[in-house]
Amino acid sequence: MLKISNLQASIGEKQILRGINLEVRAGEVHAIMGPNGSGKSTLASVLAGRQEYEVTDGTVEYNGIDLLELSPEARAREGVFLAFQYPIEIPGVSTTNFLKTAVNEIRKHKGLEPLDAVQFLTLMKEKMKLVNIDQALLSRSLNEGFSGGEKKRNEVFQMAMLSPKLAILDETDSGLDIDALRIVAEGVNQLKRPDNATIVVTHYQRLLDYIIPDYVHVLYNGRIVKSGTKALAMELEEKGYDWIKNEVADAQAG
Amino acid sequence: MNLTTEYTGLKDSLLTDFQVWESQLAGGEKSTLHRVRREAIRQFDRLGFPTTKHEEWKYTNVGALTKQAFGFRSSTNLTVADVGALLVPHLEANVVVFVNGIYQPQLSRLVSPKADLRVEDFADAYQRDPAFVEQHFAQSAGYEHDAFTALSTAFAQHGAFIHVTDQKIIEHPVLLYFISDARSGNVASQPRNLFVVGRNSQVKIAEFFHTLGNNTSFTNAVTEITVEPNAYVEYYKVQEESEGAHHIGTTHITQLERSRSFSATITVQGGFVRNNLRVGLEGEHCEAHLFGLYLPDGKEHVDNHTVVDHAKPRSYSNELYKGILNGRATGVFNGKIFVRPDAQKTNAFQSNRNIILSDEASMNTKPQLEIFADDVKCSHGTTTGQLDEDALFYLRSRGIDADAAKSLLTVAFAGDVISQIHLPALREYIEQRVTRKLGQV
Ligand SMILES: Nc1ncnc2c1ncn2[C@@H]1O[C@H](COP(=O)(O)OP(=O)(O)OP(=O)(O)O)[C@@H](O)[C@H]1O
Ligand SMILES: [Mg+2]
Repeated sequence: MLKISNLQASIGEKQILRGINLEVRAGEVHAIMGPNGSGKSTLASVLAGRQEYEVTDGTVEYNGIDLLELSPEARAREGVFLAFQYPIEIPGVSTTNFLKTAVNEIRKHKGLEPLDAVQFLTLMKEKMKLVNIDQALLSRSLNEGFSGGEKKRNEVFQMAMLSPKLAILDETDSGLDIDALRIVAEGVNQLKRPDNATIVVTHYQRLLDYIIPDYVHVLYNGRIVKSGTKALAMELEEKGYDWIKNEVADAQAG
Repeated sequence: MNLTTEYTGLKDSLLTDFQVWESQLAGGEKSTLHRVRREAIRQFDRLGFPTTKHEEWKYTNVGALTKQAFGFRSSTNLTVADVGALLVPHLEANVVVFVNGIYQPQLSRLVSPKADLRVEDFADAYQRDPAFVEQHFAQSAGYEHDAFTALSTAFAQHGAFIHVTDQKIIEHPVLLYFISDARSGNVASQPRNLFVVGRNSQVKIAEFFHTLGNNTSFTNAVTEITVEPNAYVEYYKVQEESEGAHHIGTTHITQLERSRSFSATITVQGGFVRNNLRVGLEGEHCEAHLFGLYLPDGKEHVDNHTVVDHAKPRSYSNELYKGILNGRATGVFNGKIFVRPDAQKTNAFQSNRNIILSDEASMNTKPQLEIFADDVKCSHGTTTGQLDEDALFYLRSRGIDADAAKSLLTVAFAGDVISQIHLPALREYIEQRVTRKLGQV
């Protein structure tokens, strides 16, 4: 489904991604972990089409198409979804307000009829239940004055509404209490289908108790330096990142 | 009038026009009103049209306007259907129509009881009750330093006269439509409006400006509003004129003690617009809310000059003007707040926020606070920036294309002002107009 080869990206003079290789197949869940500032969110943003980052080398193939060629909206219509680490506040635009446009744009792209007001509301009600989010929250200005947890829940709600093929969740678990974490994780699991895939960026092994990953990768200094299974996440939880940093340093020295 | 000699500009033509008109007044030239007019035309002659050397006109150049020729008082015959298309739908209201500055009774319709609310042409009001008109006319709208107000005063004859009797809450708003019919030539008009809101009374008044046709138009509109003690006026000015329209408008709101005012100046469209709004808080415990929204694009120019003058203690004013500029548009905001030595315990707030959507559009904004009292709370803020890139990316990442995302964000930005409009039908109407214009972003 997704094949990232030697992806390099920079912002201004600063190189952040230094050659990422990653392959994600339909039905899989990949977890990406790594110390702060290692480039996890940058990778997520580049996949979603943020133009601020300049891709200097490498390719990203997504369901047979060159993802990097597409505008952010075209990617979304092709089924790419990014749950933001820091969801943006947009005064005057409510979730309900823009999601209707979004849902129908994506439907149009798939050759489906647009949803009318009633159908849209029905879909909303269904997905609201899934992540246990309040209607009132969705009518307010997007993320404005939302608590950290509410913002994250809103991201998962949007994901449920848009039913993407490739969902990238950037630290969607940060700032969630235990109950919210379970709700969000259950939401993600319910959306899981054999024909879609999920990339979860996280710092905490505990999320992976709920969303069981097929693979765990460690991103460090702009590269994936280690890949493994869920056991790797447990090891990181226990030992931190120093041993990996040392391994990398040793490898470079040798 | 036949122009056999070479056209030497708007000023000369207006001075001549005045003489011709005066000679036809048939006795009317002896009235007190006309004495004021004569003073005003002399003052206009002395002042001449302002140039950009004039501090108040630094960024708004009327040079091109003053070289053009216009037909004043051009008569046309608009039908109810022509006008109907311009009216705010689903709003039960008193509707008063002026075409090229002339009152059109056959297109107007009053629904409020006459004993509570008097609405008539300025000329009719003067005929009926000269003393009342004289008492209020040209009191707040000074023409000493302002050529356009001098011009308006000199030619004061038609416009809306509105008087709300004491202790009346007028349920239905008064909608004034000023239509420039420029379908068969350049037209000009100078509506002169006078509103008096009696003690403890409340009224909602909206002025709409429209142009028909593709020729140039010039509107020089002056409105004087007196808000008597404990009264409330809700005042809307909605501009939907053509690219070729020139609009110079001045509104003076004079508030006496415990009165309240709300104003919203919405410039949806208009080639060349200058709005002056002056709110004089001349009693204690007054409240004034000023809102503005302007959306120039193409080569449009919109200038808002506002003055809030706190003359007495314990009053409150709050002002929010927002602008969205695109194309090669230019915008100006100049907001003065005066707090006179007497006006202790004043609360005055002002904010001007702008979004610039293109490299070639520009905005000049200048807040000016002059505070002569010490026990006051005043603040002002101004921002001019681009659309929030993060917000744009967020919406696009949900599948919304760039243009639609931009228009969503700009409509939301305008929403702060639109949501202040109290009349639901008017709010919806404005929202639709604004969305339509910003949809082309
Ligand atoms: N817009 C930007 N301008 C300058 N530097 C940036 C920008 N965005 C990211 N960076 C830098 O790139 C590096 C990687 O940032 P990124 O946000 O991808 O890290 P991360 O792995 O997601 O970290 P965290 O775990 O803290 O979320 C950091 O050093 C960061 O400061
Ligand atoms: Mg991050």
